[in-house]
Amino acid sequence: MNNARSWLLADQPASPLQARMGRFYTSWLALSANPLALIGLAIVVLLLLSALLAPWIAPRDAVYVQNLDGRLQPPSLLHWFGTDELGRDLFARVVHGSRITLMIVALVAIIVGPLGLIIGMVAGYVGGWTDRILMRLTDIFLAFPRLVLALAFVAALRPGIESAILAIAITSWPPYARLARAETLMIRRSDFIAAAIAQGASAPRIIRRYVMPLCMPSVVIRLTLDMAGIILTAAGLGFLGLGAQPPSPEWGAMVAAGRGYVLDQWWVSTIPGIAILLVSLGFNLLGDGLRDALDPRQS
Amino acid sequence: MRLLRPILAFLASIILTLLGLLAVTFVIGRVIPIDPVLAVVGDRASPQTYAAARAAMGFDLPLYQQFLIYLKNVLSGNFGQSTLTGRPVLEDIKAFFPATIELSSVAIVVGVGLGVPLGVLAGVRSGRWPDHLVRLFGLVGYSAPVFWLGLVGLLIFYAKLDWVGGPGRLDIYYDGLIEPRTGLLLLDSLLAGDTEVFWNAVSHIVLPASILAWYSMAYLSRMTRSFVMAEMKQEYVMTARIKGMSECRVIWRHVMGNVAVPLVTVVALSYGGLLEGSILTETVFAWPGLGRYITESLFNADMNAVLGGTIVVGVCYILLNLLSDLVYRLLDPRAHAA
Repeated sequence: MNNARSWLLADQPASPLQARMGRFYTSWLALSANPLALIGLAIVVLLLLSALLAPWIAPRDAVYVQNLDGRLQPPSLLHWFGTDELGRDLFARVVHGSRITLMIVALVAIIVGPLGLIIGMVAGYVGGWTDRILMRLTDIFLAFPRLVLALAFVAALRPGIESAILAIAITSWPPYARLARAETLMIRRSDFIAAAIAQGASAPRIIRRYVMPLCMPSVVIRLTLDMAGIILTAAGLGFLGLGAQPPSPEWGAMVAAGRGYVLDQWWVSTIPGIAILLVSLGFNLLGDGLRDALDPRQS
Repeated sequence: MRLLRPILAFLASIILTLLGLLAVTFVIGRVIPIDPVLAVVGDRASPQTYAAARAAMGFDLPLYQQFLIYLKNVLSGNFGQSTLTGRPVLEDIKAFFPATIELSSVAIVVGVGLGVPLGVLAGVRSGRWPDHLVRLFGLVGYSAPVFWLGLVGLLIFYAKLDWVGGPGRLDIYYDGLIEPRTGLLLLDSLLAGDTEVFWNAVSHIVLPASILAWYSMAYLSRMTRSFVMAEMKQEYVMTARIKGMSECRVIWRHVMGNVAVPLVTVVALSYGGLLEGSILTETVFAWPGLGRYITESLFNADMNAVLGGTIVVGVCYILLNLLSDLVYRLLDPRAHAA
């Protein structure tokens, strides 16, 4: 144990692997000293587990099968979270809904991260007019109101979860482009880039092999911090009926479905809302902690 | 010259950004799956009628000419006709926008009133329990879905406790008693001298405004905290302390004086965010504002109204955004150096 520790914290790592693991370990030490960040991490891990193990935690049938005799039942031992207006088990729906939330977040991240990275790195590395035009475009998109624009996009496409994901992605890439550009501008002046150029490496190769890895940490932190916003926007669209459509167990849509019963059957709306609150709080806490741990410049 | 440059840059970026917004709404208006010509002539029209209507509506022109015509229309305030209300969209917006402004203005007052003092407290006591408490309180507000908070708030404070008024701007009993002058109900009822209506309106606005305010309070307290912490490290703070000035005076006279400028820009930014955030709040509280107008129109495929509303909210948001940037550049001497 002690040996592993000293290997990880070595001042002069003997191999790239040791260096990488060592950095990872010091970041973990910084993160684990922050109790709020650990709570956030626990919530995010819980979300991942429940999405991964959903069919084993609660049978898939319970999500969709209606039981009109047992509708709107309060939480009990049989139905931990009660049942909804069609007699479906809310616990099963919330658990399976975590898959939808995770999918939305993952897809938006997969679209937004690379898109912002490419635009930002190209603008920062190439410079000149390319930079000016790309950054103008970024600034224009940055100044737009996100939710309103996402609403209009979804309306134009067709209400549905794919449109919601696309609309959120289209409106949320600009900060990543800005971030990647700022990092690239700093990295571009380094000696190792000059060395790579002297060795005859092409611009795409330099961007891919040398610039991108160094931009990644700040992009990942920013993504974690944005997750909560993405989840809230997606849930908002679902609540308005523009995101995931019934009978899909999307949490925002579930809150909307329970709206009419909120006075007498509070659990139908309240419980999916708590799920949204918890998950977005978890990402916020974790993102905050990661930023403090990995990027002391910004805190 | 020093002042001229940022102003010119400001004007240029406003024009470019607004053009961008209009280009986006134009594109959205073109990709909708509904054929606007078909919507006018009906699906039993002959091909000749269809072609004639298409030409009359300008859809046979090249795209860039269509965009120019669109620009001209929007700039002259012509957003087209709303199919839902049967009135020009501009008239509708004039009728609905004041409710949104009223809601978000009350919210920003509450948000600043809570967020700034809490942020100062957290900054001065950074790393200790007041700091953590403020941070956690803010994070919960930041993380909670606004529409859900609205529902739970109505359930607790309206249905169970009966402390506040329900959905809408007034009880039905008082509806239409006040002649709209500014469109801001709180102001109108005071102008009319009707305190009963005023207090009723207050009881209705308290809950949605506080929920919106929670969100902006989270952001404001966080920013205030980091501004205050950065200032507290400056040497003039130490000088003032050495002079024997009380801590209270150091903070409110010296530190806040330097924090004020960036704070103003942050307040402007979060006001823009409130205009946007009011969309969901208005839906939950049946608040007859622009946000609800946009969503209602959405479900009735009333694209003119949706895009008109989007443009108005977008323009306000962009102006606030860029204005805050300009104010910062003009007022803060440190920004000139950069």
